Amino acid sequence: MSIDARPSDPAARAASLSAGRLHAIIFAVLLVLLLVAPAVLYPVFLMKVLCFALFAAALNLLLGFGGLLSFGHAAFFGSASYVSAHAAKVWGLTPEIAILLGTGTAALLGLAIGALAIRRQGIYFAMITLAFAQMVFFFALQAPFTGGEDGIQAVPRGYLFGLLDLTSDRTLYYVVLAVTFGGILLIYRIVNSPFGQVLKAIRDNEPRSISLGYRVERYKLAVFVMSAALAGLAGGTKAIVFQLASLTDVYWTMSGEVVLMTLLGGMGTIFGPLVGAAVIVTMQNYFAGFGAWVTILQGLIFVAAVLLFREGIVGMIARWTRRSL
Amino acid sequence: MFELLGIPPQALFGQLLLGLINGSFYALLSLGLAVIFGMLNIINFAHGAQYMMGAFVAWMLMTYLGVGYWWALVLVPIIVGAVGVVIERLMISRLYKLDHLYGLLLTFGLALVIQGLFRNQYGVSGLPYTIPAELSGGQNLGFMFLPNYRAWVVVASLVVCFGTWFAIEKTRLGAYLRAATENPTLVGAFGINVPRMITLTYGFGVGLAALAGVLAAPIYAVNPNMGADLIIVVFAVVVIGGMGSILGAILTGFGLGIIEGLTRVFYPEGSAVVIFVIMAIVLLVKPAGLFGRAA
Repeated sequence: MSIDARPSDPAARAASLSAGRLHAIIFAVLLVLLLVAPAVLYPVFLMKVLCFALFAAALNLLLGFGGLLSFGHAAFFGSASYVSAHAAKVWGLTPEIAILLGTGTAALLGLAIGALAIRRQGIYFAMITLAFAQMVFFFALQAPFTGGEDGIQAVPRGYLFGLLDLTSDRTLYYVVLAVTFGGILLIYRIVNSPFGQVLKAIRDNEPRSISLGYRVERYKLAVFVMSAALAGLAGGTKAIVFQLASLTDVYWTMSGEVVLMTLLGGMGTIFGPLVGAAVIVTMQNYFAGFGAWVTILQGLIFVAAVLLFREGIVGMIARWTRRSL
Repeated sequence: MFELLGIPPQALFGQLLLGLINGSFYALLSLGLAVIFGMLNIINFAHGAQYMMGAFVAWMLMTYLGVGYWWALVLVPIIVGAVGVVIERLMISRLYKLDHLYGLLLTFGLALVIQGLFRNQYGVSGLPYTIPAELSGGQNLGFMFLPNYRAWVVVASLVVCFGTWFAIEKTRLGAYLRAATENPTLVGAFGINVPRMITLTYGFGVGLAALAGVLAAPIYAVNPNMGADLIIVVFAVVVIGGMGSILGAILTGFGLGIIEGLTRVFYPEGSAVVIFVIMAIVLLVKPAGLFGRAA
């Protein structure tokens, strides 16, 4: 009897040994591609993709690895967007402080909503997060500093650390790239940490995790707050990039969009949310002039994804190549 | 006239009536959600869109075919319910063996498609639907003016709600339904066609939403977004009441409508969020919901 847990089949061993290295290679290739991308593609479009990729990756941390479907992530994205916009415009703070304030707000909000939502499971969890997000929406509609229907417009991009001028799209792009890439690497680290392993165990079999002595609700709350904070990081960055925080950011359609990105890219995959965000943002750009057709198309993609390819684009590639992506 | 806590009684009773009207819709819609959830174990996110479809089909019958309100009240739930049956057969029935969340995602996608199609065709400005002649006008009750149509909506919704409750809790068909909710395999073994029962249950739930849409058409402007925000409030109602009990869904719906109306009198700024605040309190005190059974 061998205590060596490694598979004896050499091919399988090669695959298992290279899993981490494969991810490192993909991350490196991705980084190189994104570094040269502004030479080919419009930087503002790329920044939108990056912001939503981080947003979707944050949701995926909760949904794909924690097994918790939040239908109210717009609350965190939007509230951070408002706070960052307000901090940069009214308080005149530098962009990095503004974004951090937004992220912190989203984390606190995540703590409050998460603590209540984890008291129920499954479908109820989705409905509760959706309802609380709608409450945040009404708050944003009525609160004096959000500008109601107009939102907060003409937010200054300012100087990073008070030094680096961000008015140039190209400069800002590399800052956003650093934020998004850092965020996604952090999520990768969380997922592959002991904490992440317990999280996946809870997702797959909650009663067994409880019987093993894990305090399940603490893990759920922790991942909820992390996910909310990262969604906030995406929202705050978005407010600086587009110089705008509006009701669209907190509306339930935004929560639906980010769920769609995650589902389409592949729930529980590392690179899925990136792909999903890129596809959906590109589609929105193409169909922007066609009124409600964007909504219809998004609805159809939802239906098709649920009925035909539940593992998502990256999930399917992972199945074909028999590797975890 | 007397005054209550500095509020003129007209305003108080007016808002109470409005609360009762909203409560009627909360009750009808959460009832439909509860019936569907009981049998199919999915949350029907398209419920708001189907309510909107009910209002639109009533408007179309009137505008294109000259079919009036009373016939619409009968025909619309059947038409929209039939659409529901097709949706269940073609799509939802493929998901029963999967995680419940997929049903939520699928019906969310359907809601987007339905709302988008109607928005493309009819815009968002809202279409008028006149109150039927028999129900126009109103009664002066001395302390307030009661429009006939609004009184009718409350009465009709109460009748439909309690009719549904009676059918599910007290009849033989309802007994089959409750049995199939508990143990579909066993009920199937007794020779009852459970899949067909599931399909018809979905159609019935959708029909209830459509009926609510017809009742709402003369009160609110018929527009593609009328169900989208409403359904989120109804979700909160369902979380508060718990979906275990039919009577619970009805009582919670009416109760929360009235509380919302009262809030509009005493603290207008809070009226949009009062139901969500109550949801938070219920989650703290009784996580399974007021009428729910602990999971």
